[in-house]
Amino acid sequence: MTGILSLITFAPAIGAALILALRGGRPASPQGDDLARWIAFGTSLVTLGLSVLLTLRFDNANPGFQFVEDIPWFAGLHYRMGVDGISVLFVLLTAFLTPICIAASWKSVENRVTSYMVAFLLLEALVIGVFCALDLVLFYVFFEFGLAPMFLIIGIWGGKRRVYAAFKFFLYTLLGSVLMLAAVLAMIGASGTSSIPELMAFRFEPWMQTWLWLAFFASFAVKMPMWPVHTWLPDAHVEAPTAGSVILAGILLKMGGYGFLRFSLPMFPDASQAFAPLVFALSAIAIIYTSLVAFRQTDIKKLIAYSSVAHMGFVTMGIFSFDVIGVQGAIFQMLSHGVISGALFLCVGVVYDRMHTREIAFYGGLVKRMPVFAAVFLLFTMGNVGLPGTSGFVGEIMTLTGVYFSSTWTAVAASTGVILSAVYALSLYRRVVLGEMTNPALAEITDMNLREILIFAPLVIATLWLGFQPGLIFNVTASSVDGLLDAFRTAVGH
Amino acid sequence: MFTTDLALAAPQLILAGAALALLVVGAFLPRPDRVVGFGAMAALAFAAFAAVTGPRGLAFQGALVADAASVFAQVVIYLSSLVAIPLGQGWFARRGIRLFEFPILILLAALGMGMMAGAGDLLSLYIGVELQSLALYVLAALQRDDAKASEAGLKYFVLGALSSGLLLYGASLVYGFSGSIRFDAIAAAVQGQAGTGVLFGLVFMICGLAFKVSAAPFHMWTPDVYEGAPTPVVAYFAGAPKLAAMLLFARVLAEAFPEAIPQWRQVLILIALASVAVGALAGLAQTNLKRLWAYSSIANVGYAILGLAAGTAEGIQAMLVFMALYSVSVMGFFACLAALSRNGRPLETLEDMAGLFQQRPWLSLSLTIFALSGLGLPPFAGFWGKYYVFKAAVNAGDPMLLWAAVAALVGSVIAAFYYLRLVKVMWLDPAPGPTDTPPVEAGVIAIGAAALTFPVVLALMPAIDSYARAAAAALGLG
Repeated sequence: MTGILSLITFAPAIGAALILALRGGRPASPQGDDLARWIAFGTSLVTLGLSVLLTLRFDNANPGFQFVEDIPWFAGLHYRMGVDGISVLFVLLTAFLTPICIAASWKSVENRVTSYMVAFLLLEALVIGVFCALDLVLFYVFFEFGLAPMFLIIGIWGGKRRVYAAFKFFLYTLLGSVLMLAAVLAMIGASGTSSIPELMAFRFEPWMQTWLWLAFFASFAVKMPMWPVHTWLPDAHVEAPTAGSVILAGILLKMGGYGFLRFSLPMFPDASQAFAPLVFALSAIAIIYTSLVAFRQTDIKKLIAYSSVAHMGFVTMGIFSFDVIGVQGAIFQMLSHGVISGALFLCVGVVYDRMHTREIAFYGGLVKRMPVFAAVFLLFTMGNVGLPGTSGFVGEIMTLTGVYFSSTWTAVAASTGVILSAVYALSLYRRVVLGEMTNPALAEITDMNLREILIFAPLVIATLWLGFQPGLIFNVTASSVDGLLDAFRTAVGH
Repeated sequence: MFTTDLALAAPQLILAGAALALLVVGAFLPRPDRVVGFGAMAALAFAAFAAVTGPRGLAFQGALVADAASVFAQVVIYLSSLVAIPLGQGWFARRGIRLFEFPILILLAALGMGMMAGAGDLLSLYIGVELQSLALYVLAALQRDDAKASEAGLKYFVLGALSSGLLLYGASLVYGFSGSIRFDAIAAAVQGQAGTGVLFGLVFMICGLAFKVSAAPFHMWTPDVYEGAPTPVVAYFAGAPKLAAMLLFARVLAEAFPEAIPQWRQVLILIALASVAVGALAGLAQTNLKRLWAYSSIANVGYAILGLAAGTAEGIQAMLVFMALYSVSVMGFFACLAALSRNGRPLETLEDMAGLFQQRPWLSLSLTIFALSGLGLPPFAGFWGKYYVFKAAVNAGDPMLLWAAVAALVGSVIAAFYYLRLVKVMWLDPAPGPTDTPPVEAGVIAIGAAALTFPVVLALMPAIDSYARAAAAALGLG
């Protein structure tokens, strides 16, 4: 099985190269566009198949890295890949969402289809690379390179202010990342290695940990995004095409949380503990503030974007609770949010494709013409609120429980977010789906077609399945999370 | 041993001989440009081969050095000179200029740079710098009927002469106070106490060399010259001569003043940060791409000097890796510009590039790669150069350098805006009209350089790393 990680990582890149080779430099034609779509969809399905195989072959009892590949490169750097219980599910999530995104873009992306598919497959490859990389510099390469395809996806296929949003997204994230690069170089200089497993065992001086933690925090907090550096996200989401939003909310945001778990906690334990109150404060503010902001939005996508920031607040809070339940809950919340927020953005895409507006006031009474859509949208709205039975509930309750033990006040403040999320999500649902259909433009709107139903089916199944059987996730993550927290406690001396 | 000296100087002698012979050939043949062009390319290839396979050591009582560092630089210089010949000949021929002197001037410039790469004393340093500069002045003004090109050539000449004066004055001070022109003898003479006189001379020399590599605050000539000079000539002198001058820079500092590191480090940090700041901030206001890339080159030289400021072998290695990778991508960028025109008018401004992606997908993909490489996005070549430089700066263990590195990183985020703007214009904006079919040689060179910048660089890095490491070790800093 050695080599499967490289295969999963580079399979989408090979698909992208194939599309470029067959279609690059030729004028667009309907047949050519279809060819690009099918190649992209096929490639993403192959990647998904391989990822499922990876998850099935994954040894849950082993807390260490598995399927490790290690090839020396240059200047002490290695091409080093491997997954543990924390990262393997993110690989699966990425591989799961990408074919859905490609299918969702089938009809809604009409211009420059070839470039779109190439950019999407490249992005998938890079994101999977982020979760598999076990060399600090290799991680940085995947982490940063992903900005380029996302810049193009927002910039070319986005809405009216797409150029502004693309620049804001790129420059914001780049500024965070260059500080991380400085920290990466300092870490390699101090420890003499760029291997992530070795760095996890290396103890940096406490004063150095502080600086390194802050530099990594600058990057991950922007990526996550945490209040107050979240302002790029609503712009990027509103302007991105539907599938771009799904990838952004579903996967790219998770790289921040993953980064905290992979780097901040194990490598800078003393600093993590010292800064935990800061993270708690920012998370609690994020949850309450962005929930209130979400309530006041007039654009459906912006509302969901702000709700994403609030949900990510639970994740950061859970991670820095340093408690098994909290960290498990944070991982679960990231995976569940990946599915639910992705689905919500797809729901917006359904009505946007028909009416080409995302104004909440434009809609109303959709349930009369679109019963299937109303049902699907209701399920994911409930997932967003955190209704028991959906996967959204498990993550919220666990992170809150975990945080309750380490900072009761944070847990109390954050739990108001559960109520606030019900306020904005249900009022959105009421204003869009329920009530009288007053807008005559909506009179001819059609319900979801078979393609759209098939796109939503796996997401519905995943939300309910994880809601009723969260153990599926915890079985995989348990031993790695235990290992992480044991090492953490030893390091800080509890 | 005279024959040993000749063997050590073989690459430079091949170039000198070829330049003289081709000049005679050119004078007698009816249509000489083809023959002379191929002859010059063969001579450059042969010189690169001779540099790699030749003996190592000191020639002419230490005036000329053949070591790993000079070989590293010579190979890059000769190969990029080789590529510059078809690029320039095609470009000039399309404008009705079929001067056989063009390849010969490239040969002479390459010879000057070869001398710079192997200079072991102040005299050969100056001869190399001057030979290279004089050839480039003429190249910049080769389009005699074009007012802008003539202006560029004249500006380049006057300001270049000023910098040569500074360099020579500094060299005379160093000689006067140390009593020797050989680098190793200077180091031995100033051992322990580098007096004010010697340091004064050193600062003058640093100013002169900073002029040649267009580092701030000696950068004023760069944008005007880049804008006015013929594009393929810019492609040539934006890369290789800077590598040669940077190596010379490193050699003077490492071999003649190895104990004055704390003194020259301050100067270099100042120059490096000023260059990064000027390159990043002034670049924001540019709409002409040749001017824009001039500012980008100022910023890039700033990064290279930051590597040098580390004052370690690691820093010199970083500088060499950075400059070698940079010279490939800057040549590719200007080759793209040389390849693109609309109704016979070359595309030079940002607006000209609008919608290029729909019309010339491969060339605009190449330009995108060069822009992202300039931005420092991994895994493009520009990132690896910066990676080495910043690593060396961080590892040098001087807090001042560490903060300088962080400042330079922030500068690279500011500069990211203008690189991204080029990408945005090409991919996002609507096209004003069809472009002309690009000439084959420029297109091939542009796309080849883009492929080198990414992804071939990933496979080449282990080799570049070890050659640059050997080269840096030859200069003998710890």
